[in-house]
Amino acid sequence: MGNYSTNEFRSGLKVILDGEPCSILENEFVKPGKGQAFNRVKLRNLNTGRVWERTFKSGESIEGADVIDQDMEYLYTDGEFWHFMVPDSYEQFQADEKAVGDAAKWLKEQDKVLVTLYNGSPLVITPPNHVELEIVETDPGLKGDTAQGGTKPAILSTGAVVKVPLFLSIGKSIRVDTRTGEYLSRAKDS
Amino acid sequence: MTTTSLLKHPWKPSASLTTLQARARLYQMIRLFFSQRNVLEVDVPILSQAATVDPFIDSLSTLMMGDTYYLQTSPEFFMKRLLAAYQQDMYYLGKAFRQGEQGQRHAPEFTMLEWYRVGWDDRQLINEVKELIQHCLPEVSYQAFSYKELFQQQLSLDPHNVSVDELKKLAHHRLDTVLDSNDKNTWLDLLFSHCIEPQLPDALVCVFDFPESQAALARIEHNLGQQKVARRFEMYVNRMELVNGYWELRDANEQERRFKADVTYRRRYELPELPYDQALVSALNEGYFPECAGVALGIDRLLMCCLQTQNIQDVLSFPCQPC
Repeated sequence: MGNYSTNEFRSGLKVILDGEPCSILENEFVKPGKGQAFNRVKLRNLNTGRVWERTFKSGESIEGADVIDQDMEYLYTDGEFWHFMVPDSYEQFQADEKAVGDAAKWLKEQDKVLVTLYNGSPLVITPPNHVELEIVETDPGLKGDTAQGGTKPAILSTGAVVKVPLFLSIGKSIRVDTRTGEYLSRAKDS
Repeated sequence: MTTTSLLKHPWKPSASLTTLQARARLYQMIRLFFSQRNVLEVDVPILSQAATVDPFIDSLSTLMMGDTYYLQTSPEFFMKRLLAAYQQDMYYLGKAFRQGEQGQRHAPEFTMLEWYRVGWDDRQLINEVKELIQHCLPEVSYQAFSYKELFQQQLSLDPHNVSVDELKKLAHHRLDTVLDSNDKNTWLDLLFSHCIEPQLPDALVCVFDFPESQAALARIEHNLGQQKVARRFEMYVNRMELVNGYWELRDANEQERRFKADVTYRRRYELPELPYDQALVSALNEGYFPECAGVALGIDRLLMCCLQTQNIQDVLSFPCQPC
């Protein structure tokens, strides 16, 4: 990987900062009319998810990171690793718990996910924004209570716990927003 | 005009007709403002064989009949040669160019208003700049602070006495940066742009009496506390820098010494080495360069304030390149 100078910084560019792979979120050029120019850069540390705001002298260079985002299909987990496959090439990758993180509770076999590879190994797994999952455990549904009212916790097939409306019962599939963990609607085929 | 539509129709202007009209009105207003005050509009060349040697301003260059010419980063040197010849109040309204400056508030090709007032000092010129800006932005209130006051208020230090090490320590405490430098100005610029500018009030703010090390082409005098300061000022509207002005240096030897110091700085930090403007030094030496104050104002940024937009591209008829 080559180096990138501050004038090549763009959002989405992947770089190494303090040994950590990062993605540039924002790059602001700050220059007094007379005086030193700076680039105030927001970066996401792809290992920890933490957002850094760092200031560089304009013209400084930093190392690029061999990071690519790849669409893959989730295959299965063996308890220790989660396995993913590139649909076109059938190439398979295994991700550990650190890479999968919270995404684990949204992974349904054969769903498409985004796998961020760092030096060829999965670094981050990003589930689709919306997933459809089946309710495997919840209190009995209340007939007729279809409009508004309270919610109750439901355990989904992946183990995720989501608050759902009272009328839903075991065996129904629902749509969930994985970014907020919130119930959106009943799934179309449910 | 949205980005999508620009991508679909790359021939189209980025500014709306209303924006073009606002720019035309602003130019009319400026020309009327100066003609009522007997300030002469002058035109100067865009191309020069001398460049600015300011280490933090990079010139664009081009070849003309085999010789390298630089696009002016400001009309200052040519205007000062006119001043040395004719001792007239004068202004320039036109393009200036700076290599590598691109962002929300920067475009490499931009419009500058620069003017000089013979017999005036910086304090008098500050009043006139204020009048011009408040004419365009009648709602905006006015406040003035010395550079030192701002550092004392925000960072509890005196920028004229503080050591490089103290500035370094404070910058690393306040900001996430790994940059290192033994140049005091780098740290002052960093702290000013990151810790002070964002705290400036919603107003037209004048900052005056800069550190001696940031004099550029301003005279150096003593402040009330008998510290040496540069009689240079900047003005901000709602935290955006709009104006930079000087009580102008007249001493040819001092001018040449500062040019040479910039050349040395460029060599030390491996920046491009450029020819400084010997004609300006000669003009100060041989002509009669009057006591005067001069100022430059970013017209695109003033228009951004008038139209309340945050991106300089919104006020340019065509974007210089997609951000």
